[in-house]
Amino acid sequence: MPKASADLRLSRAQLALYQALLVGGLFAFWYLMTEPILISEASAKNTAFFFGKPLGVLKVVIDWFVSGKIYPHLAITLWETLLAFAIGSVLGLGVGLWLALSPTASALAEPYITAMNAMPRVILAPIFAVWFGLGVLSKVALGVTLVFFIVFFNVYQGVKEVSPVVLANVRMLGASKAQLLRHIYLPSATSWVFSSLHTSVGMAFVGAVVGEYLGSAKGVGYLILQAEGVFDINTVIAGIVVLTIFALLLDFIVTRIENKLLVWRPKTAETETL
Amino acid sequence: MSIAAAAVTSQAAPALALDRVTCAFADRSGAGRYIAVRDATLAVGAGEFVSVVGPTGCGKSTLLNVAAGLLAPSSGEVRVDGARLAGINARAGYMFQAEALMPWRSALANVTAGLEFHGVPRAESTARAHDWLRRVGLTGFEDRYPHQLSGGMRKRVALAQTLILDPEILLMDEPFSALDIQTRQLMENELLDLWSADRKSVLFITHDLDEAIALSDRVIVLSAGPETHPLGEFTIDLPRPRDVAEIRVSPRFVELHEAIWRVLKSEVLKGYAQGKR
Repeated sequence: MPKASADLRLSRAQLALYQALLVGGLFAFWYLMTEPILISEASAKNTAFFFGKPLGVLKVVIDWFVSGKIYPHLAITLWETLLAFAIGSVLGLGVGLWLALSPTASALAEPYITAMNAMPRVILAPIFAVWFGLGVLSKVALGVTLVFFIVFFNVYQGVKEVSPVVLANVRMLGASKAQLLRHIYLPSATSWVFSSLHTSVGMAFVGAVVGEYLGSAKGVGYLILQAEGVFDINTVIAGIVVLTIFALLLDFIVTRIENKLLVWRPKTAETETL
Repeated sequence: MSIAAAAVTSQAAPALALDRVTCAFADRSGAGRYIAVRDATLAVGAGEFVSVVGPTGCGKSTLLNVAAGLLAPSSGEVRVDGARLAGINARAGYMFQAEALMPWRSALANVTAGLEFHGVPRAESTARAHDWLRRVGLTGFEDRYPHQLSGGMRKRVALAQTLILDPEILLMDEPFSALDIQTRQLMENELLDLWSADRKSVLFITHDLDEAIALSDRVIVLSAGPETHPLGEFTIDLPRPRDVAEIRVSPRFVELHEAIWRVLKSEVLKGYAQGKR
C-alpha cells in the first residue's frame, strides 16, 4: 500500500481525503438521484423504489443498532460463520494432511476431490436445509463445504512444498515420523492455511448469509430476505451495509492474528528500527 | 598372529566406510537407468578429516546421502564402525549445501530441535543451545528467525544445530559454497577450531580444491559423472593447527595443489564438456 501511494505521489492524508471524497461523491450522487431536488418527483420516486434512499438506509441501520433489533440476527450470522470456519478448517487440515502424506489415499480420492471442488456447492443449500432443518446447522454445513476445499488445497500444497532439504535435515537430527508431522508438516501446512485465512473466513461468511437467504428464521440474510419480500429496498441495502462492515471487521481480526502467528515469515524489505 | 591381526583390523575399522557403492536412478525419460555412482569405495578413519573433490554434477552429494542413510545404494554397503548401516545414520550429523533450517523456528529453537527430538528436557536443551550459539559467535541472535540472519549466520546456526548432538561422524556437503570468500575463510577456520577440539570423523564434500587441501588430512578425487568413482587419494601432510588463508601460500600446499589438480583437471574438463552438451 505505501508503495502505491508513493507511486501516485500522494501523501497518506491526501489519499485518505480523496478516498473520502470518492465515497462522499457516490453518496451525493445517489442522494441527488433519489430526491426531488434536481429531478422531477415522479422520477425520484421511481429511482428510490429501485435503489433506495441513502438517508433511509442510514436511518434503518441506526434504528437497528439503537433498538437492538439487529443483535440477535448478527449474533446468529457470526456464530454460523465461526462454526463453519472452525469445522471447515479442522476438516481441511486433517484430510489435507492425510491425503498429502498417503500417496495411495490421494491417488484414490483425487478425481472425486476435483469433481467436488468443481461443483457449484451453493446448490447444496436446499439439500442441507432438508437434512439439517432451517436452523444454524444447515448454514454451517454450507459454509463448511466452502471453507473445507480452500483449506484442504492449501494444506495439501503446504505439505507437498515442504523443502526436501529441511525434511532430510530434520530426519538426520533424529526426528521420528510423529515428530516430522508435528514439527515439519503441521507448521508448514498451517502457514499455508493462514495465508488462505482471508479467503476462508470470507467464504464462511458467504455460506452463512447465502444459507440464511435461502431459508431461515434468523440472521442478517433472513432480514434481507424479509425486506426483499415487501420491496423494502432501504432495508435490503442496510443489510448489505451491515454485512460489509462486519466482513471488514472479520478481515481486520484475521490480519491481526496472521501477523501474530506468522512472525517468522520474511516480509519484503525488513529493517531494524534503531 | 593372524587372529591378533584380525582383532586389530576389526578394532581399527574405519568410522565410516563405503564399500563398492553403486547408485542407479531411473532415467529422466523413464526408459533407461542413470548410474550416478559406480563401485565407489572410500573410508574415513576415526578422527580423520577427509575431503572429496570432483567436478560439479559428479554425484558427490549422492555419495554423502548414501553415507547419511538418506539414500539406499542400489548395490554395495555402508559400514559405520564396522557395522552395516540400515536406515538413517544415527551417528552422523549432516550439514547441507542448501538452506536446511526450519524457517518457522528461531535460531535457538533450530539449535534445540535435535535435542528435543531425542527427548532432552527443555531447560537442559536450551542451556546447551545457548552455549553452542555462543561457540559459533551468535550470542544475541537467539530469537532471530532464519530470514532475519545473514547467509553466514544461518550456516553458523546450522553448524550449531548439527554439532549440539555431538555426532561421531560429520558429513558436510559444500556447506560454505554459498558464502562470500571472506566469510567462507572465517567459517573454515572456525570449523577447524571446533574439529580440533574433539576430533570427529569428517567427510567433507566440495568442488573447491583449495578448501579441500586447507582443511583435510586426506583428499579423494572423484571422476566426472555419470558412473562416478574415486580416482585417487592424496594424504595432506600439512602441519596443524592451520589457518586456511595463510596455508594457501605455503610451498607444500602449492605442491599438493599441483599434484591433485593434474588428476582433477581432465575430469573437470570432461564434466564441463558434458554440461555444455
